[in-house]
Amino acid sequence: MLEIKNLHASVDNKEILKGINLVVKPGEVHAIMGPNGAGKSTLASVVAGKDEFEVTKGEVLLEGQDLADDAPEERAHKGIFLSFQYPVEIPGVTVTNFMKTAINESRKARGQEDMPANEMLKMIKEKAELLEIDRKFLSRSLNEGFSGGEKKRNEIFQMAMLEPKVAILDETDSGLDIDALRIVAGGVNKLRSKDNAVVVITHYQRLLDYIVPDFVHVLYDGKIVKSGDASLALELEEKGYDWIKQEMAL
Amino acid sequence: MAYTEEELKKELETKEYEYGFYTDIESDTFPVGLSEEIVVAISKKKEEPDWMTQWRLDAYRAWLEMEEPEWANVHYTKPDFQAISYYSAPNKKPKYNSIDEVDPELLDTFKRLGISLDEQKKLAGVAVDIVMDSVSVATTFKKTLAEKGIIFCSISEAIKEHPELVKKYIGSVVPQKDNYYAALNSAVFSDGSFCYIPKGVRCPMELSTYFRINQAGTGQFERTLVIADEGSYVSYLEGCTAPSRDENQLHAAVVELVALDHAEIKYSTVQNWFPGDKEGKGGVYNFVTKRGICENHAKISWTQVETGSAVTWKYPSCVLKGDHSIGEFYSIAVTNNFQQADTGTKMIHLGKNTRSTIISKGISAGKSQNSYRGLVQVGPRAENARNFSQCDSLLMGDQCGAHTFPYIEAKNKTAQIEHEATTSKIGEDQIFYCNQRGIDTEKAIALIVNGFSKEVLNKLPMEFAVEAQKLLEISLEGSVG
Repeated sequence: MLEIKNLHASVDNKEILKGINLVVKPGEVHAIMGPNGAGKSTLASVVAGKDEFEVTKGEVLLEGQDLADDAPEERAHKGIFLSFQYPVEIPGVTVTNFMKTAINESRKARGQEDMPANEMLKMIKEKAELLEIDRKFLSRSLNEGFSGGEKKRNEIFQMAMLEPKVAILDETDSGLDIDALRIVAGGVNKLRSKDNAVVVITHYQRLLDYIVPDFVHVLYDGKIVKSGDASLALELEEKGYDWIKQEMAL
Repeated sequence: MAYTEEELKKELETKEYEYGFYTDIESDTFPVGLSEEIVVAISKKKEEPDWMTQWRLDAYRAWLEMEEPEWANVHYTKPDFQAISYYSAPNKKPKYNSIDEVDPELLDTFKRLGISLDEQKKLAGVAVDIVMDSVSVATTFKKTLAEKGIIFCSISEAIKEHPELVKKYIGSVVPQKDNYYAALNSAVFSDGSFCYIPKGVRCPMELSTYFRINQAGTGQFERTLVIADEGSYVSYLEGCTAPSRDENQLHAAVVELVALDHAEIKYSTVQNWFPGDKEGKGGVYNFVTKRGICENHAKISWTQVETGSAVTWKYPSCVLKGDHSIGEFYSIAVTNNFQQADTGTKMIHLGKNTRSTIISKGISAGKSQNSYRGLVQVGPRAENARNFSQCDSLLMGDQCGAHTFPYIEAKNKTAQIEHEATTSKIGEDQIFYCNQRGIDTEKAIALIVNGFSKEVLNKLPMEFAVEAQKLLEISLEGSVG
C-alpha cells in the first residue's frame, strides 16, 4: 500500500532522512520509534508532501504510484492522512464546516458531486458517536481553545471522516492523559480494517499497549536501524534508546 | 507543489481586478473644472429649486476656504480638482416601464457584474435603484413600496417631489461644512438615493442600490439620505463595483441617516471600487462621509465590507443623541497590493443609557496598509453610556501593515468602555494543515479569511452575505494557486 524506497530528505541543505526503506501492506499497523531528533516527524511531513523538505533521493509510492509530483492536497485526495503532533487553530471555522469543506474538496478531486447535507450530517453523527465526541464540540472553532486531548481526538475524528488508505499518527499520544489516550487509541482500533494501514510514530511504548503494532521500526539518525514485532517496543522501553546507540556503535 | 509563505506573497501580488471592463454608453459630460458656474450648471441641469442651488453655493464657498485633511494614515497624490468633470449622465435617460426598454449594453454590464435586473426582481423582495454614473436609470418595486407610503427614489427626484423632507433633513447630520470632502460633495453631488419610511412602518424588503462609476475622468459624488420616522424600520443595502481605469478616480460620497424615536436603520455596504493594479497604478480614491443620528430609543447599525479602492478614508458614525439609543459598527476591510485603507467609526454618546458596539476586522495582504481609526466619545450628560470595541487584524505575508488608532474621550464618570484588539497572521502551518486535509491553498485562505470575518458577515442580510463572501475570496484570489 505504502512503499518508501531509499528516501533521503533535507531541510536547509541539512540531511535529515538518510535512506529510509519501509513497506506497509493493507491491514497492517507499523510503529516507528526513536529518540528525539531521529527524523520521525520529518518522515511524516515528507510523506504528506510538506514543501519545507526537499527530497534529494528515493521515492514514496502509494499503491504503486509515485507521489513526488503531488501537492499535499493531492496526496490527501489519494488517501494519505496525517494526524498532526501540534494541530493548528483556525478561528471562526467550525469543526463541522472544516470537515464539510475537506470532504467535498476530496470528492471534487475524484469527480464526485458534493456530499448531500443529510448524508454528511448522518456521517458526522456516526463518527462522533464512535469516538465519544460531544456534538457541541463540532460547532466549536477548529482547535481553538481545545485541550490537548480534545485536539488529538479531533484529529482522529477527521481521520474517521476522511477514511484514508494510510493514516500516519505523529506523536498522537503526546499531551494525553491515560483516559484520553484510551479513547483515542480505541478510536483508531475501530477504524482499522483490512483495506487501510496505520503508521504510528511515537516516542514511548505506552500507546502501543492500546494500538498493537504488527511491526516496530527503530529510527535513528535518519535511518531505520532495527525492525521487529511488538516485542521490540517492549525491549526498547526496558533498555532505552542508549541500547540502540550502543548497538550502532558496534 | 505545496505552498510556502514566499509563494503566497508572490501570488497575492498578482491578483487582477475581476470587474475591470468599461461599458461604452454615450454620455452627457460637463467640461472639466470646478467653479461657481459649474455648481450652478449642475443644479440647473437637474432642474433644482433656488434654495437647493443656494445650498450648493454655500457649500462650494465654504469648500474654497477649507484644506484637504492630512491626518489619515494614507499617502497619495492629491486629486487635481480642476481636472475632473463634475457631471456625467447616461445619454439616453427615459424612464423605463419594462426591462426590454433598457439599453442592452447596460444590461450586459449588469450581467457581467452578476446583477441581472431580472434576477434581482425575482429575488426575495429586493428593490433595486441602480445608479449608473450619476443618474438613476431603473427603479423597481416602487409600487409595493408606495402602498406602504415608503418613498424610495433618486435624491434628484426627491428634491422635486418631496422638497419639504429634503429641505428639513439634508445637511442635518453631515453639515455642508463638516469636512473638506463633505463640502465638495454638497456643492457638486450629482445624484444618489433618497428613502423615507413613514411612522410605524416596517419596510417589507431590503432596499438595495448599486452604484457604479462609468465615465473616465468623472468623479462620482453621491448623496444619500435615509429617514426612518418614529417607530419604523428599514434595512438598506449598498454595493458597488467600478471598471478598471488608469488615472485615479475620486469618489466622495455623503450618506446621512436619520432615525427618529424608536426607529431602526440597518445600513449595509459592499464596496468594491477598482483598487488599482498590482503596481499600485490607478484605482479609486474613496473619501466618504457617513453618519447617522439616533433619537430616543433609536438604533443605527452600519455593516461594511470594504475590498476595493486604492485609498479609503471612511468612518461611518453614529450620533447617539437620544436616550437609550444604540449604535453599531461591523466592518471588514481587505487591502491587497498597494491599497491603503484608513477606516473605522465614531460613536458619539450624548444621551443617557446609550450603547455602542464596534467590531472591526482588517485583512492586509501584499504591500498594503490597513488602519482602524475609531473614536468613542461620551458627553457629560450621557449617564451610563456603554461601549464595547473589538479590533482584529489578519496579516498575509510580511510586507503589509495593520494599524489601530482607538481614541476614547469620556466626560462622564459612569461610562463603561471596553477595547480589545488582536493581530494574527495566516501561517504556512495553517495552510499546510488545510492542504493535508485535501483543501487547496486558495480554498484554505478563503476558509481562514471567512472564519476570521464571520462575526461581521453574519450581520449582513442573507443574499448580501453570500455575495460578500464571494467578494472576499475574489479580492484575495489569483493571489493564490
